[in-house]
Amino acid sequence: MDNMDYKITIGLEVHTQLKTSSKLFCGCSTNFGASPNSQTCPVCLGLPGVLPVVNRKAVALAVKAALALNCKINSPTKFDRKNYFYPDLPKNYQISQYDLPLAKEGYLEIPNPKSRSPNGTETPSYDGAQSPRRIGITRAHLEEDAGKSMHSDAGYSLVDLNRTGVPLLEIVSEPDINSPDQAHQYLTALKELLIYLEISDCDMEKGSLRVDANISISPVSDVSLREVPRRASGDDEVISKSNEIASSRQGGIRNDSGETKLGVKTEIKNLNSFKFVAKALEFEANRQIELLKSGKEVVQETRLWDEDKQETRPLRSKEDVQDYRYFPEPDLEPLVINEGWIGQIRKTIPELPAARRVRFVNQYGIPEYDADVLTADKELANYFEECVKSYNSTQRERSPASGGKAISNWLMSEVAKYLNEQKMEMKDFKIKPQELVELVKFSAARQITSTAAKEVFGEMLKSGKSATAIVSEKGLLQVSDQGEIEVFVKEALKSNPQMAADYKAGKTVVLQALVGQVMRLSKGKSNPEIVRTLLQKHLSEK
Amino acid sequence: MEIDDKLISHLAYLARLKLTDKEGQSLKGNLKEIIDYVEELKKVDVANIEPLVHTVEQTNVWREDETKPSLPADKALQNAPAKQANFFKVPKVIE
Ligand SMILES: [Zn+2]
Repeated sequence: MDNMDYKITIGLEVHTQLKTSSKLFCGCSTNFGASPNSQTCPVCLGLPGVLPVVNRKAVALAVKAALALNCKINSPTKFDRKNYFYPDLPKNYQISQYDLPLAKEGYLEIPNPKSRSPNGTETPSYDGAQSPRRIGITRAHLEEDAGKSMHSDAGYSLVDLNRTGVPLLEIVSEPDINSPDQAHQYLTALKELLIYLEISDCDMEKGSLRVDANISISPVSDVSLREVPRRASGDDEVISKSNEIASSRQGGIRNDSGETKLGVKTEIKNLNSFKFVAKALEFEANRQIELLKSGKEVVQETRLWDEDKQETRPLRSKEDVQDYRYFPEPDLEPLVINEGWIGQIRKTIPELPAARRVRFVNQYGIPEYDADVLTADKELANYFEECVKSYNSTQRERSPASGGKAISNWLMSEVAKYLNEQKMEMKDFKIKPQELVELVKFSAARQITSTAAKEVFGEMLKSGKSATAIVSEKGLLQVSDQGEIEVFVKEALKSNPQMAADYKAGKTVVLQALVGQVMRLSKGKSNPEIVRTLLQKHLSEK
Repeated sequence: MEIDDKLISHLAYLARLKLTDKEGQSLKGNLKEIIDYVEELKKVDVANIEPLVHTVEQTNVWREDETKPSLPADKALQNAPAKQANFFKVPKVIE
């Protein structure tokens, strides 16, 4: 066994809270942070004799997610009861979906690991040659959330049922993920998508996005096909080859005692951030590999991630094997999701982040890095596009792409810095796109120096005045008129004869000092490029 | 399908029922009758019949996403066997 390498197989289950005002089957509010048990009613408390009624918006949001995840829609789709006992589940069953989930057989694209640079940093690539990797989506279904329990040391638990009945979409991936890193990428892409489409807030702290992970390990005997269970590993070709081999051997490799020891998976819960997911998976992969190496078996079980101890440990459960005894929910009629409605919902799906990135690169001629940063935030991407539009609306002779890089630079540096300092979101940024463009133009045309541009930006934020007004009030326009600058150049050379002599003697480094002199004489308003050229001209004449 | 004591006690556990021996035996008989009846139904040829999803021929019974007033917390907790500071109080469920 020592020479064996191991392939990691990961599948993720994501529960995301759909962005509705009311619960899935009753009119109680879904607002977060209300006082305990203040958002319940006979329906979500599971009192006898009540009937659930489906929230149409929750279904629409689930369909929207399904379409964005390239899923097929099941119609009719129906609800089923999942039966188990737990104090946060007042009905003793959860209304979920079993054999006819709303959506199935989709996929989500994540950047191809091939595009990783040698130093290990990720540089996602979007050109055709390195197409993104697809992670299959097995199914996505609607279900209601349970309540929240708090456990005291004194032998009791306190239950708040405000969350009970909040609409969730459970998105189950295929076991297509082969490293903790890829799991992180998948989750990041999924979260980005759900937020972009306003399907969910995906706020893990508020529980509106939760992750459970399934992981199993299988040995790959061919050393040339090694895939080391390390982060940032991976050449895609190798991964897909070892995939084939492992799957063709599923259940085939036996240990010395003849017992099958492949594909035993564990489920990890309590993953409160994407970082924890990656860490827990890494720990769990190594734990399982060590077990296999020492000839032991992986036990199929549910484990909890303990962030303090940086380990997973078995979740002690009083129940043995789960037996949910699903059966059709008799209180809810099936849902028919017809083509007409699907078409309507499809129209509400805007351009998705991945596509937008590619378009930004092509249409605005900005680098991939810029496109990545800008499209990571929908508001920022919208703001950028508004800016480019405004930039070009006043200058007809320019190409549609012009101004893109200059605007992108401003957004990624000064604007980002300001938002970061203020802990402010893009949507709360006060300067309007056309106002910022005014400033960007001054700067791009070198009518003001970059130092002056920063000053104007600060003043715009402070006073709310326009860039033009500030530039003229402060007299910041660069003196780019050659004749005007030449006066300063001559004066500088006259009052610094030693520097001029040094330059002529070959000590060309003094040029910078002379540029500084001219800038000082012109109160910083000269274009440094012109100053430099003029100085060189005068110095070579004499 | 064989209905034995083991199955009865498993089902009783899943349903959180505490059955006396006598109740268990009686249920065993009942359950056997029901299962036998289902075995009888299985003989019907349903090859060309779509599975019935629901007995009521109605679909898309839904409501718009509008909130309605909830119960005040004291009402919600009115029938709780134990409570504390507007929470339901239950025996501790995890170790
Ligand atoms: Zn309710």
